[in-house]
Amino acid sequence: MRGERRLFGGLGFSLSAGTLLEVRGPNGSGKTSLLRVVCGLLRPAAGKITWKGRPIAELADEFCAEIAYVGHLDALKPELDALENLRLAARVAGLGTAPGDSVAALRVFGLAGFERLACKALSQGQRRRVALARLKLAARRALWVLDEPYASLDAAGTALVRATLEEHLLAGGIALLSTHHEVESAAPSAQRVELGP
Amino acid sequence: MRGSLAGAAGAVLERDLLLALRNRSDAASLLIFFAIAVSLFPLGVGPDPALLRSMGPGVVWVAALLASMLALSRLFAADYADGTLEQLALAPHPLGILVGAKIAAHWLVSGLPLVLIAPVLGLQLDLGGEALLMLAASLALGTPALSLLGAVGAALTLGLRASAMLVPLIVLPLCVPVLIFGAGAVEATASGIGAKAHLALLAALLLPSLVLAPWAAAFAIRIALE
Repeated sequence: MRGERRLFGGLGFSLSAGTLLEVRGPNGSGKTSLLRVVCGLLRPAAGKITWKGRPIAELADEFCAEIAYVGHLDALKPELDALENLRLAARVAGLGTAPGDSVAALRVFGLAGFERLACKALSQGQRRRVALARLKLAARRALWVLDEPYASLDAAGTALVRATLEEHLLAGGIALLSTHHEVESAAPSAQRVELGP
Repeated sequence: MRGSLAGAAGAVLERDLLLALRNRSDAASLLIFFAIAVSLFPLGVGPDPALLRSMGPGVVWVAALLASMLALSRLFAADYADGTLEQLALAPHPLGILVGAKIAAHWLVSGLPLVLIAPVLGLQLDLGGEALLMLAASLALGTPALSLLGAVGAALTLGLRASAMLVPLIVLPLCVPVLIFGAGAVEATASGIGAKAHLALLAALLLPSLVLAPWAAAFAIRIALE
């Protein structure tokens, strides 16, 4: 429910290791709300979310230690450079932060040479890449929740995200992503949820 | 895999201090506001030393209170707008502790400078040496309480229109006891009574807000994120 409007109901799915779920639907159909409900940021009006058989409200921090969420907001500080942003975000989230990891993650996402540039000087797509580079540090988080990961990315960027996702799924991870783009599924086995308007 | 709580809180503190360092003009404008507000009183009420001396503690304290209100609307607003608060709420650590780290950074940037500059401003109100020291001491105990109470107000008004105006309306009434005992401590010292009781009461106001305010602010933030 958002305001007085019922976004979706009667929705049920369960995901096992190595699966990807794509949430599709037009603008305003509730994709972001669904992802926020799964993360526990938003409480559902009815229904429940369970992780390994236990409701997430009960698990609290234990569940937070299993997920990596990249929202449609990049959570980057314009005054800090890409590397500072990534390192500090990783430390707050408790992700692995071996010294070279952040630099390597940025390099994978095509930002070599931009590490020490303030994020306000980066383009929209580059900032999106910095936000997504967090995933490279979150390889051991079982559940990835990505809200419109392809937004403002170019073709190369989209391919990078898909390669990162495939790697995660092969390693037994679970991913949930929303998109309204007519992009091909990142994995042939992807399940789909279509939300109506 | 969740990392240490101290590491996460340290990262929150480091990020906010680094941002303050990059946006130095914010802290500077706060200090200038404080200095101007205090300097207006001798101009407005006339340069009679006896009058200024008796008004001095209250004037500096009221100006410090207003200056700290100015900084409050910035405390969570940027983090709310750019998604950083979502990430804090999803970090595998108690949100109250991370919010506490943010409040600590906020006090270091906007409260501590007021404490340090207050004795200099007290000089122009003809406060004596002991009273100046007491002024700094009472502000050092009082301004953290102001930041903590203010954080609750700032969190409650997240995402609201005109929150910059709303925060002082919510927070100022709560700050009255801090103002009374803070200014009272300086007056008591100036009149030779001794300020032990006032300082004890200030500390008694600080401790519960230190324990409760971060959690109350964290709770309000979770509601604002829904």
